[in-house]
Amino acid sequence: MTATKAPTEPPSQQRVVRRPGDRIFAGAAKGSGIFILLVLAGVAAFLISEAIPALTASSEEIPGGEGLASYIWPLIVGTLLGALLALVVATPLAVGIALYITYYAPRRIAATMGYVIDLLAAIPSVVYGFWGLAVLAPQLVPFHVWAADNLSWIPLFDGPASTSGRTMLTVGLVLAVMILPIISAIAREVFSQAPALHREAALALGATRWEMIKMAVLPYGKSGVIAGAMLGLGRALGETMAVAIVLSGGAGATINLISNSNPSTIASNIALRFPEATGLGVNTLIASGLVLFLITLAVNMLARWVVNRRADFSGAN
Amino acid sequence: MSTDTQSAPQLSEPQPGPVRVQRKLPRFAPLGLFVLGIALGAALSAATGFSVTSTVIYGVILGTLLVYVVTRAVEGRRKATDRLVTCLVTTAFGIAMIPLVSLVYTVLDKGLARFDGDFFGMSMFRVVGEGGGAYHAIIGTLIITLVATAISVPIGLFTAIYLVEYGTGRLKKAITFFVDVMTGIPSIVAGLFAFALFTLLFGNSFRAGIMGAVALSVLMIPVVVRSCEEVLKLVPNELREASFALGVPKWRTVVRVVLPTAIAGLGTGITLSVARVVGETAPLLITVGLITGTNLNPFDGRMATLPVFAFYQLTQPGTATQAFIDRAWTAALVLIIFVMALNILARLISRFFAPKTGR
Repeated sequence: MTATKAPTEPPSQQRVVRRPGDRIFAGAAKGSGIFILLVLAGVAAFLISEAIPALTASSEEIPGGEGLASYIWPLIVGTLLGALLALVVATPLAVGIALYITYYAPRRIAATMGYVIDLLAAIPSVVYGFWGLAVLAPQLVPFHVWAADNLSWIPLFDGPASTSGRTMLTVGLVLAVMILPIISAIAREVFSQAPALHREAALALGATRWEMIKMAVLPYGKSGVIAGAMLGLGRALGETMAVAIVLSGGAGATINLISNSNPSTIASNIALRFPEATGLGVNTLIASGLVLFLITLAVNMLARWVVNRRADFSGAN
Repeated sequence: MSTDTQSAPQLSEPQPGPVRVQRKLPRFAPLGLFVLGIALGAALSAATGFSVTSTVIYGVILGTLLVYVVTRAVEGRRKATDRLVTCLVTTAFGIAMIPLVSLVYTVLDKGLARFDGDFFGMSMFRVVGEGGGAYHAIIGTLIITLVATAISVPIGLFTAIYLVEYGTGRLKKAITFFVDVMTGIPSIVAGLFAFALFTLLFGNSFRAGIMGAVALSVLMIPVVVRSCEEVLKLVPNELREASFALGVPKWRTVVRVVLPTAIAGLGTGITLSVARVVGETAPLLITVGLITGTNLNPFDGRMATLPVFAFYQLTQPGTATQAFIDRAWTAALVLIIFVMALNILARLISRFFAPKTGR
């Protein structure tokens, strides 16, 4: 990626007559860059300005009638619950896939396999929602029943089992499929960059393939996997349509994954309520959007910080 | 499925004397054991009422166990762990394939029901039951995506040029960092931003395709910047220096030397960024909404778009439920076809417009 460095000191900038064309072009380029910063600031500013009426309103006026905090709290719980479940399911799978593609798959078809996994990222989220509702949810109903019967001592599987399968568990699995390509793409990139000398040294000392990976690849790729997982988490937190279609949400805060009463998520709640919302309802939804924005911003900045500590890969895909 | 490990040093011949002989399984034994495990799994599944799902689950578990146990008995713990990991990693890849195959199959299966001329030629204007189509939604998606592209590409490309050719110091660092952060903005937040922006400017009831296009641009710009930046960085410095040496101004160097060299990568990156936003639903749902007729003017009034059309057809079916659901799945199929076509187009661009310099 960094085979050629960007020109740091172009020769033309010193004591050369700045032509108007140059000045305009440089100005346009710099202006675009600054414009992007302004857009990001604008996103925050406009959300805040539209959220202020909800922040200052008395608690009876907020939908639900119990104030902003108790309106948003279940949504935050739902958002975090679904995203964390997705993360827990997707990360080990993504690491496995990345290892398979980089070190196990036959060389000739490995690139194609990577491309096939990337296709998962190309499918629109609304289609994932359709699939989750029509295929995955009914398929998971038996598991819901089994979990309610046998695992009810775990608070996550408290039951009673949903008969439709439109639960947080299903949502978490759909989200897991959606963030799988993100995590595995970054994991693949770091794994394939593990120093060849380390790998060959491990093999030369008689290590099996797994021992080589454990000693030379995984320590090297750890921060990349963490960063990828956090980017995936950011994506799962903000995912809207798949959740809006699959989840039958709207109940209070609960961590019960398998019952019919689930908390909704911030994003899906906005998507479902916004078209019909009026007055302060709009402001309340925008306030919840602001909370989501801040959560994802924090997660993404942390992830980028981890990525940027290793300058040798971009993690941009 | 190369489950055999590197067998470079052949120690298979038993040697006399106190030398410890390393026993090895035959080359195809792990694969054979795995298949045997799957056969056992099928038998177990048949005993408890046969189904494909349980066959695969039992089979993979039994196969993995069998490979591990036999390898451990014959070749020892280290080799056994190695084979176990091979099985697990391959299984992980297989698990990822299940949703992809299932999804594509389902969408094809259900979407082909209404994949006909009417779907592409008719709108939903005055259609309450069967018939009708998504002509208005397809046109709307094309218009909004085009407007979003027209906004995003210049800004994104110029920013990438700034980062690679001009940028120095803290501003460059800040832009790079915040562009990265911006890639993580949830799509619904982008929609809320567009809504808030246009509400403040034009009042509460303003609705137009441009709102959706602005929301999509917020999602698209960082993708364009990142992909263009990566490509521009790959342009060899020698080309720039040669151009400067000939007295060419910097901006003409960028326009006439750097951009043409990178054109294949730029085209690929931009096409992929279009593919990324063409299926976005949430921002369009809360800004542009949905209408039943065709609206060709992105600056006035609601527009129908394909993802939103699909969403409402599925979640708010009218009296003829099946007709609505059929249209929803066909819309999903068309959406996937759009995205795949853009992905293929991106690959073709990178193949056919590759620079003819020998680098």
